[in-house]
Amino acid sequence: MSRTSLDLWVGIFVAIGIAALLFLSLKVGNLSAGSFSRSYSVEAEFDNIGGLKVRAPVKSAGVVVGRVSSINFDTQTYRAVVVLAMNEAFEFPKDTIATILTSGLLGEQYVGLEAGGDPAMLADGDRIRITQSAVVLEKLIGQFLFNKASE
Amino acid sequence: MNAIAAVLRRIGGGVVDGIWRLGFVARFLGLLLLLSGQSFRRIHLTIREIYFSGVLSLLIILVSGLFVGLVLGLQGYETLQRYGSSEALGVLVALSLTRELGPVVAALLFASRAGSAVTAEIGLMKTTEQLKAMDMMAVNPIARVVAPRFWGGVISMPLLAALFSAMGIFGGWLIGVAFIGVDDGAFWSQMQSAVDFRFDIMNGVIKSVVFGIAVSLIAVFEGFDCTPTAEGVSRAITRTVVSSALAILALDFVLTSFMFRGQS
Repeated sequence: MSRTSLDLWVGIFVAIGIAALLFLSLKVGNLSAGSFSRSYSVEAEFDNIGGLKVRAPVKSAGVVVGRVSSINFDTQTYRAVVVLAMNEAFEFPKDTIATILTSGLLGEQYVGLEAGGDPAMLADGDRIRITQSAVVLEKLIGQFLFNKASE
Repeated sequence: MNAIAAVLRRIGGGVVDGIWRLGFVARFLGLLLLLSGQSFRRIHLTIREIYFSGVLSLLIILVSGLFVGLVLGLQGYETLQRYGSSEALGVLVALSLTRELGPVVAALLFASRAGSAVTAEIGLMKTTEQLKAMDMMAVNPIARVVAPRFWGGVISMPLLAALFSAMGIFGGWLIGVAFIGVDDGAFWSQMQSAVDFRFDIMNGVIKSVVFGIAVSLIAVFEGFDCTPTAEGVSRAITRTVVSSALAILALDFVLTSFMFRGQS
């Protein structure tokens, strides 16, 4: 069996097809940046997570430092337990504050971290103690009306 | 009374005929998979079919991908700039292409460009009794003729769909960034943060593999099953294009409802 010009064309076709797949996964998708190769997980309890979803970004000072890996409900305390997969390159003090924020007026919700001053750092499996829940618009309006009425 | 009976008889006949064909397709597919090993031993047959159905479809796939991307860029910009978020153009173009338009439109084009050709070829082989002649020479026509065409289509389809999506994104970039002047960095970075590899791109690839199997199976089956006359071949080609298009769109709905169940 000898090589023919047909084989060359099929080879070129398969090569550019695979190149297109690589382009899609590396340039268009977030295969390179989205999944951190090594991460440690940290838990945080919230009274209310609002519209937070799994895979939402975890940001500190606007920089993505991790992703929400799972959201559970604790039947003992009746609070939401959010597990954050943090990029191993970024370490945070033990007294870091986790807040649920919204990017823009209608944007997606994400977890914001504000570093504290504790010299000890958060390790795998630790729990963030100080948290602040998502702002629920209905509660805010309710509070506003209540304050107006009491004036 | 007679008219009603005739209608009932026709419906019943259609249903029985449909089920008969379904059973034949299943047996045909089983035989095809069973004999694939035999045909892979002569891999140059499959490579030849990849050339005919894949390489020769490149031009139509690339050109239509480019135009779909250009149109998406224009229409998307028109709508997005009303909400002041024209930077999200990249997200719109990339998500609609990788999730839906890439696999579906590429499969529709593939069915009409390559599927019809395969049906015509096998149908004409049957009409001129070449398949029977092969049987006489103890060459199994399914292993020699059908299986290479089937696998050629199955291998070509995902590559063509990926090329279609990539070309479409290039078209969207051309309109959005080079022509209208959306910020280049925002175009790519918003796209990268919104398009997930496993969720969006892999699901698109899975779709195109499924469409490739469906279109190739329909094409080779219609050719193999056709009435061996000139009219029968032409009917088989029509049926290939029509039932491929229906199968692609119906399968797309089923797959989409499995993959994107409304959770974001």
